Amino acid sequence: MHLILFIVFAGLCLAGAINLLLQTHPINSALSLVVVMSSLAVLYLLLGAEFLAAAQIIVYAGAIMVLFTFVVMLLNAGREEHTMGSGVARILGFPAVAVILGVIATVILKAQGLGSAALSDPITSTEDLSRVLFRELLLPFEVTSVLILIAILGAVALARPGGDERRVGK
Amino acid sequence: MTILQFFLWSLLKIAVVTVVMLLGIAYTVLLERKLVGRIQNRWGPTRVGPFGLLQPLVDGAKSFLKEDIIPTGVYKPLYILAPILSLGCALISIGVVPFGEPNVGPGGMHLFQIADVNIGLLVILGITSIGVYGIALAGWSSNNKYSLLGSLRSSAQLVSYELALGLSLVGVVMRAGSLNLRVIVESQSSKGMATWNLFGGFQFVAFFIYLMAAYAETNRSPFDLPEAESELTGGYHTEYSSMKFAMFFMSEYGNMITVGCVATLLFLGGWTSPLGELIPAPQNIFVHALMPIFWFVLKVFSFLFLYVWVRGTLPRFRYDQLMNFGWRYLVPLAILNIVATSLWLAYQPLHR
Repeated sequence: MHLILFIVFAGLCLAGAINLLLQTHPINSALSLVVVMSSLAVLYLLLGAEFLAAAQIIVYAGAIMVLFTFVVMLLNAGREEHTMGSGVARILGFPAVAVILGVIATVILKAQGLGSAALSDPITSTEDLSRVLFRELLLPFEVTSVLILIAILGAVALARPGGDERRVGK
Repeated sequence: MTILQFFLWSLLKIAVVTVVMLLGIAYTVLLERKLVGRIQNRWGPTRVGPFGLLQPLVDGAKSFLKEDIIPTGVYKPLYILAPILSLGCALISIGVVPFGEPNVGPGGMHLFQIADVNIGLLVILGITSIGVYGIALAGWSSNNKYSLLGSLRSSAQLVSYELALGLSLVGVVMRAGSLNLRVIVESQSSKGMATWNLFGGFQFVAFFIYLMAAYAETNRSPFDLPEAESELTGGYHTEYSSMKFAMFFMSEYGNMITVGCVATLLFLGGWTSPLGELIPAPQNIFVHALMPIFWFVLKVFSFLFLYVWVRGTLPRFRYDQLMNFGWRYLVPLAILNIVATSLWLAYQPLHR
């Protein structure tokens, strides 16, 4: 049962990813990305990470991608254009992707002691997850949140109306 | 229980819940028309059936029989996908809601809940957040500036208020110590109304925030700017006709019911009696099983009543007021509520 679900959703994930590249219209690509993220959530669930699956749906598919589509709709971006570079990218792109995939695959396959995750019934509860997150990994967790806070402050500073010019003017 | 039995029981539960939900949607529309009618000093529908009770059936037949027009300028795949997505999300999230006491079915099965999920609350939030796409895509694919403006308003509004909504629920989750809806209800069931999160749990600030955010999340008055007919003709569903329009309409009322269910579960003690142990538990097994359903439906009904009442009373907000209210008042208030609740929870074991 787990294997069937895994194959179905892994296939859906890959199909969405390929569709994302092939579609010429930005909104179709954005929606394919939503499909990829949702099927990734199902894969997390199959691995027993229920909280991660829910967070993936709520944060990525529900919030971030909505903003993506929002921007695409707001700019009313048309079909993508073919410039001089896109022909070169097509010729060089596929070999480059194959090489990168090969490198990543060999590194992962060669690496020892990565541990393994099985498609299984037991589910890591939210309680267990938060215990690890807030006891053993508290420092990395807090540092990450500070990092995100800095990013938010940066965005606010950039978006402040005329904040930059005023400083230059003085 | 074998897997086949499980499968058949689940199918049965899904069928029953879906039919009840669709009927509930139909009669919520009637409730709204009747109540708004009364508020505005008129009768509302009275002609079809006694007290107009058959009006929803006639409305449904009308929607089915109308011509389904697809304008030439629309982007067809998304134009057709949007109402399906909208209605689908509205109907799916009821699947994790527990309507009655657990373990009453044969073999200790949850007869009154389709799926007992550990992270039930997050599932509902997740499905709601996917539901945004229905409205956003409807507006964009219609190729109409009014629709686009409506859906832009709606996406911005839904993303902003989802934050306040989610944060307002954190206090309740901390009190219950679980995201499982059944556990959350059981955590407030010991003394009836006095242990509801709304009163005994001191989560009334959270309830207020949830209420406001829920009006915005379901695009209901006073926050129904995405379909403000005086500015945007019809908002995101301007170009939709016949059954596709009806699907948006149904999804709005379906979302109202779901939001009412969540409010009931999280703040009003779910299926438990508001009087606690004052009424002795009924001896008859059927009454014993059905009393919780009665309380649950009554609570959801009062929530829906409040919804319609507010719509009949309050004027619409302006868009900048809406955004200011969400970000400047509701979100900080929700964060303060989280801080206060966690301090209280940390203080309690010391005091005991």
